[in-house]
Amino acid sequence: MTRIDTRINGANVTRDVEARVTLAEFVRNELGLTGTKLSCELEVCGACTVVVDGNPVSACTSLAVDVDGREVLTIEGLADGDELHPIQRAFIDHFAMQCGFCTPGFILMAKTLLDDNPEPTEEDVVHHMEGNICRCTGYRPIIDAVIDAADRMRAPR
Amino acid sequence: MSIGSSVSRVDAVAKVTGTATYAVDVSAPGTLHAHVVRSSRAHARILDIDTSSALASPGVVAVITSDDLAGLFPRFGHIVADHPILAIDRVRYYGEPVALVVGETIHAAADGGDLVDIRYEDLPMVIEPHEALAEGAPLLHEEDYTLGDASFEEAHSVRDPSNLAHEADLEWGDVDAAFETAHLVVETTTDYPMLYAYAMEPYNAVASYDEGVLEVVSTAQHPFQVREDLARIFHLPLNRVRVRSPLLGGGYGSKSYTKVEPLAAVGAWFTGRPVKVALDVEGAIHTTRADSATVRCRSAFAEDGTILAREFDIVFNSGAYADNGPLVLTKAVMRCMGPYRIPNLRVHGRAVYTNTVPSSSYRGFGAPQGNLAGETNIDRAAEMLGIDAADIRRRNLVAPGERHLPGRRGMDADLLADLDIVVRELGWGNEVAPDHGVGFGCSASDAGAFPVSTATVRLFADGSAIVLSGSTEMGQGSRTALAQIAATELGIDHDRVRVIQSDTSATPYERTTGASRTTTLTGLAVQRACREVLSKLEDMGAEALDVSVEEVKTAEGSVVGPAGSLAFDQVVQTWFGGRMGEVTGVGIVRRSGELQELPPFWEVGMVGVELSVDRDTGRVTVEHLVTVGDVGHAINPAMVEGQDLGAATQGLGASLGEALVYDGAQLVNPNIVEYRVPRISDTPKRISTVIAERGDGVGPYGAKGGGEGSLNPIGGAVASAIARITGTWPTRLPLTPERVWEMLNPE
Repeated sequence: MTRIDTRINGANVTRDVEARVTLAEFVRNELGLTGTKLSCELEVCGACTVVVDGNPVSACTSLAVDVDGREVLTIEGLADGDELHPIQRAFIDHFAMQCGFCTPGFILMAKTLLDDNPEPTEEDVVHHMEGNICRCTGYRPIIDAVIDAADRMRAPR
Repeated sequence: MSIGSSVSRVDAVAKVTGTATYAVDVSAPGTLHAHVVRSSRAHARILDIDTSSALASPGVVAVITSDDLAGLFPRFGHIVADHPILAIDRVRYYGEPVALVVGETIHAAADGGDLVDIRYEDLPMVIEPHEALAEGAPLLHEEDYTLGDASFEEAHSVRDPSNLAHEADLEWGDVDAAFETAHLVVETTTDYPMLYAYAMEPYNAVASYDEGVLEVVSTAQHPFQVREDLARIFHLPLNRVRVRSPLLGGGYGSKSYTKVEPLAAVGAWFTGRPVKVALDVEGAIHTTRADSATVRCRSAFAEDGTILAREFDIVFNSGAYADNGPLVLTKAVMRCMGPYRIPNLRVHGRAVYTNTVPSSSYRGFGAPQGNLAGETNIDRAAEMLGIDAADIRRRNLVAPGERHLPGRRGMDADLLADLDIVVRELGWGNEVAPDHGVGFGCSASDAGAFPVSTATVRLFADGSAIVLSGSTEMGQGSRTALAQIAATELGIDHDRVRVIQSDTSATPYERTTGASRTTTLTGLAVQRACREVLSKLEDMGAEALDVSVEEVKTAEGSVVGPAGSLAFDQVVQTWFGGRMGEVTGVGIVRRSGELQELPPFWEVGMVGVELSVDRDTGRVTVEHLVTVGDVGHAINPAMVEGQDLGAATQGLGASLGEALVYDGAQLVNPNIVEYRVPRISDTPKRISTVIAERGDGVGPYGAKGGGEGSLNPIGGAVASAIARITGTWPTRLPLTPERVWEMLNPE
């Protein structure tokens, strides 16, 4: 067992974890944050994407011990209470999800894009999202949602 | 009015905030975790299984093999119960479950799994159907598994021992005579790839077995069908088996019927504790896949392009166990010929057992395999006859009401109008850019499955309502569409309606969630349940208003009488004498009345593509995708378009990139790195999802189903577009860059 001190969705978390426990297993099983989904488990589908120190990370192939001293954002930490994040709002309005299993990963991946690049082109969105797979929507609604979310985030509140 | 408007999905907030619950998210205190030990041989006798080292491994609670299942019915399968829960004496494909290691954690179970020592004696294997059908081929199954259950009407048992899992035939007219006198005969043989549906949530189930009641939460599309298999295994009455399906992380047919539920259930039965089986993608690929197919199509034409006769020979590689393969084959036989006027037809289909992963349902359900051969055959004929590809179809498509299959429902769609939409959107007939090509195609599927649905609607004392349905929400949006239907019927706002689904002990019976049936058939059941609620409210309202029931009607959430009205909440409260009570309505759909004729509806597929090819690499770009959603009446237009784009995208995956590949005994690509599904960069540059609403369905408000149609003709459309660019007719999918480059650069 190894002790880790981390911040998850703004809260301090200190736990003893087995060295082989992945970050995905840690947030899902230890913390009950089941919004992080596991699918390909080979770092190609993006369903397990979380944000670590501002960067998108595949939680399926990262170890829990590697977030010691780091700041982790999962999908559960994105909304401000009942106030949805503009990306979440845009995904709803554009029907950018069907089964929804890939949705947390897409939304967090979109957040890391828009945090760096508030005015992305469609090509920027496609390039940034190439590591996320959606099997239901055919992607077009997702692209539209991310572009629209960028507009909403730039607009004065 | 909720119907016809693109209201937000009722599950959307949960899905964007991470609170949506899928089966894999369900856990109970004390749950054990199971690891499936799989066969490392394609076909072998099991000589011995040594579990002692595994049992001694830390955290391992039990190791279960078929020897431990004494007293249970050890197999499952809704058509042919040929599928052992755990291999019995013999394995029939690489990856077949042989042992279940149950541990305190998944890691403990997996560690134990590595220590299970299985000794095999290899048997000769057959991977391809032609090997399995050859004289003297090793037989996969010699037992008679017949259940004596006649629910699968089209199944006929194969009497002589053979590797045929199922055979299906369809014939009318004098085919041979028509071929002899035809102006032109065109023959096309195509191979459709072996596919993996890749629902992103892999198969999983958690089971508990307490006091003679088996409870399972799983990824089942059809929880009521899984209940049947589990009841047979454990010799339990149906009321002691509870199967629940929460939100599914994708289904597309691949979660139809029983998959991992028996494994979790025997784990719980054996250990006395809840047991969870959660497969990874590799395990899921080794559970089911879709049938690959070789289809030979011959068609006879008159000089003007009129079809005189068609003949199809369909061979499916159906894998080691029947699963739903027999029904998929039967549907392929019913769907291959296309919605054309065909005076003489002969179709012969064979589903062949091989030592490969069992095949089962996948979106389109036998249609895409045959359609590829049938539609490219028509395009080739048009080219040879010098007739426009749209005109040859116009000449042969059936008219509204016309029957293209004797004894089946007449065509409940205007196919000529749909075709006109496709060719107009594609700009068919205009000159295309260099290295660009256009293709399009048609299909019609006998959809809706067998029409049995029930629904319950409960209207509470505050005027809000709950719909109970056994139909499963797997992303298609049924929870939203059923709420819209109930809200419209009851005359209340759709967010005053909640839909609770898929719990065999709490929600009423639903046969299946497949064949694009939910909006049409479950929708009808919900509509009828609402009408029963309204009828009861009229009785109750009349009593409360002290008038006769003939004098009242319901409108916009109230019972209206000659001299006053009462809102529904007031009706319930007045009748029960306080803020209590509820009104329940039941809606039943069965094969009668308008639904006597099968299929319940024809699901139309009418699509087109414009493609471009990079001559240096062979890479194909989708410049334009056109779909027509001929759904009668779109309950939620945005969701209809979402279904069409999603279906077409899966079709593009099969056409351009996806294929499971066997090399000897094993799959070489059982993962999402090497099995390449469409990525965001593959999104067509331009997309036209058109909805055609003509109110011609049997469902609520003239609706009929969608969701599969726009997949079915994609393969043929892509193949024809590539042929028009390269000058060579493709004979197999997927058209990977390598294959297209080879077509551009023949030796």
